[in-house]
Amino acid sequence: MRNTINLRLSWVNAWLLLTPAMILVIGFTHFPAVKTFWNSFFSTPRGKRPAVFTGLENYHYLLQDDIFWTVLKNNLLFSLGTVPTSVCIALAMALWVNGKLHGRGFMRMAFFTPTVLPLIAVANIWLFYYTPGFGLIDQIRSLFGLPEQNWLGNPDYALAAVIVVAIWKEAGFFMVFYLAALQSIPPNLREAAQLEGASSWYFFRRVAFPLLMPTTLFVSVNAVINSFRLVDHIFVMTEGGPNNASSLLLFYIYETAFKFWETGYAATLTVVLVVLLSIFSVGQFFLVDKRIHYR
Amino acid sequence: MRQVDYGSSLNLIAAWLVALLWFSPLAYALWTAIHPVAYEVRFDLTAPLTFENFIDAWAAAPFARYFLNTVILVTMILVAQFVLCTLAAYAFARFEFRGREVMFALVLVQLLVMPDILIVENYKTMRALGLVDTIVAIGLPYMASGFGIFLLRQTFKTVPKELEDAARVEGAGLFQILWRVYIPLAKPTYLAYGLVSVSYHWNNFLWPLIVTNSVETRPVTVGLSIFAAVDSGVQWSIMNAATLMTSGPLLIAFLLFQRQFVQSFMRAGIR
Repeated sequence: MRNTINLRLSWVNAWLLLTPAMILVIGFTHFPAVKTFWNSFFSTPRGKRPAVFTGLENYHYLLQDDIFWTVLKNNLLFSLGTVPTSVCIALAMALWVNGKLHGRGFMRMAFFTPTVLPLIAVANIWLFYYTPGFGLIDQIRSLFGLPEQNWLGNPDYALAAVIVVAIWKEAGFFMVFYLAALQSIPPNLREAAQLEGASSWYFFRRVAFPLLMPTTLFVSVNAVINSFRLVDHIFVMTEGGPNNASSLLLFYIYETAFKFWETGYAATLTVVLVVLLSIFSVGQFFLVDKRIHYR
Repeated sequence: MRQVDYGSSLNLIAAWLVALLWFSPLAYALWTAIHPVAYEVRFDLTAPLTFENFIDAWAAAPFARYFLNTVILVTMILVAQFVLCTLAAYAFARFEFRGREVMFALVLVQLLVMPDILIVENYKTMRALGLVDTIVAIGLPYMASGFGIFLLRQTFKTVPKELEDAARVEGAGLFQILWRVYIPLAKPTYLAYGLVSVSYHWNNFLWPLIVTNSVETRPVTVGLSIFAAVDSGVQWSIMNAATLMTSGPLLIAFLLFQRQFVQSFMRAGIR
């Protein structure tokens, strides 16, 4: 008898505990997500003229919008350029910091510091590296007699320049996850491998790397999400230019919504972004997950 | 045996090269910030040190106000996150009720679809609430953090039920149990989550940029971007001084508590 009262009370209590958080979670994640989807079928309200249902018109426009395709291509290249590289570097960093190398305290500091810097500050620092003629990269190039290069102003290099900055910022963050995973590998595995005469490369390839697979999955999913979410440096370094050569999807959404005030079309673009993110992370999950199990 | 030595020294060289490469942008920013403008690209160990650039930067924009705004913002978010996420995590970890799985799934959705992405609709919500250009508006979407709820739920689940039962026998109520049993045992998680949250919101840029438009509400990141945007006249050494200044508190805290930082990020990352 007492038990049932207790249970019923606990049911009420649970909801009381949960409600404040759920209101905010739903209010700022699910509600705007659903509303974004809904609004993507409407025109942008202007002045006294309310939004009108236009069906798939925004999506039609999207398919014909050259800037959208450029930006989408840029973002895919950006992901392709940042994710595998920063994940590999992160793994190498973790192996170094976890080992017994001289100066690994300094290494850990050097690798991780970019993580605590604001991306906007990172962009400022790198901006100076890239300044034509005056910047450090060109100064070094001039030592070898190479000409000046406007890295951020050249459509061929702008995206690559931005990719380098993102890798520098992100690798140390991902290193931490590998570090955690490496420290959870039982030391007797290594001892056993050493007794068997296995080289450390062999140990890494056949024991450590497979054991790190879940971490690699987790880190990659995060890296992909970040490559669509982080655009702060674009504001400082290129503003998407020249001619949208370094613009990314979220930056384009920002421009559409808050520069051109095309909120209907911005909603459509946001839908694309959310769908892409879902496909990538779910897809990666299944793809890599399979490999973990059937190895 | 000799072959092994060869490989490991190569490994050491590679490690040092990457470390130096990673360190150089920051070291370089520091160099320009603490030397006169004339030494921007001249590396001379005898160059005179100066604090002038920081003073100039500080005077050139209302950084004091920006700092205050960021500190208020970060504190507000942290307190709200601790309270809201603790309550929700406790409900998910230790209560059985209908709809629990569904609610938890809804919380996890936030890990993928973050408020960062839904800027357009969240801006409309803020306008409807009359909160545009307030510090509360910057923090509100992040206060019930799916990540925080998840992290604390995992920690609470490892707390032995017997401890809770013992406290209950002694007549402790729900909040007393939470305060005396769960929260003390989850301290490392709070520290870890707190560090991650503070550095995330100290550094956040896009959403604050959208939702603020006055000196009284802007956090340092947005202030810095405005300072840098009028860069035609601003000298590099002053800009680097401003850049280091805005990241300074976090950077110093990180250098002092390096181990805790790395361990916290590690703990927060293990799911």
